[in-house]
Amino acid sequence: MRRLRSIGAFWYDFVVGDDWRVAVVVVAALALTAVLVHAAGVNAWWLLPVCVFAALAWSLRRATRT
Amino acid sequence: MTALPLILTVFVACAVEAIEALTIVLAAGLTREWRSTFQGMAVALVVLAAIVAALGPTITLLPLTALRLVVGALLAIFGLQWLRKAILRATGYKSLHDEASAYLREVAAAKAAAASSRGRVHDWYAFTLSFKGVLLEGLEVVFIVITFGANQRNVGAAVIGAAAAVVVVAVTGVLVRAPLAKVPENAMKFVVGIMLTSFGIFWGAEGAGVSWPGQDAALLVLVPVVALVSLGYTVLLRRPRAVQPASAPTSEEVTSS
Repeated sequence: MRRLRSIGAFWYDFVVGDDWRVAVVVVAALALTAVLVHAAGVNAWWLLPVCVFAALAWSLRRATRT
Repeated sequence: MTALPLILTVFVACAVEAIEALTIVLAAGLTREWRSTFQGMAVALVVLAAIVAALGPTITLLPLTALRLVVGALLAIFGLQWLRKAILRATGYKSLHDEASAYLREVAAAKAAAASSRGRVHDWYAFTLSFKGVLLEGLEVVFIVITFGANQRNVGAAVIGAAAAVVVVAVTGVLVRAPLAKVPENAMKFVVGIMLTSFGIFWGAEGAGVSWPGQDAALLVLVPVVALVSLGYTVLLRRPRAVQPASAPTSEEVTSS
């Protein structure tokens, strides 16, 4: 159990890293893009870049303030 | 898209990881014992090759849309990690990665550790130090090789880029017999962060069903835009610190890698 937990912690740190909020924003932006494309018929190519830049700015702001 | 951008991106990303692995291998080999160090390195390389051989062909069997969605998300998250650290380093909020000081830390730890042998391994400390260093740095290489290669349906080209980087760094390390501290590693990490994030955005959005204006040519705009935004954030974060007196270190400064 402890080994499984440490493996999980390693992969979490490997992929997600220091700020989980960035990962949440990326996943949410991709989900919203898929909904806009498939349900609303909007070719929302601009949404993910905008969200990524916003997530990076938010993460940097948090890191430099704490 | 041709294989050249793929090979170049993988080459630069893998060179950065290979430089960090080289530092650890040199510390183990020069301080402890070369034979056990090479054994650890060889076992790690076999494990990494097995992961690529197992996952590479398997992952390419997935439908391209699903693959691009998942891999794009992972690459964007992974790339933003690199980019975030690179910007924090460039603006002074996080200490620069320094191979020379990393090497000295590893050497001090290697000198202090007791010698013990297990089976055919004469120096277990040198073996494990080398094995862990190569495996952990190599996992990032494997991640990049598989994600880039599978998305482009060209794992072979990605492997060529990675292998070339490892060979160039290894040969240079053998010739210099010292950590490659003069390589602009932090700048390279900034570039890799930009590339990983750009490809992640491109493939992730495609996987979500987006049709990029200009198709693949959109990457030629996306990469410079990601670079410009990142540099803009760097400039914005630098300005207030330039006029402030030295402040207390943030929690980010304490963490490494």
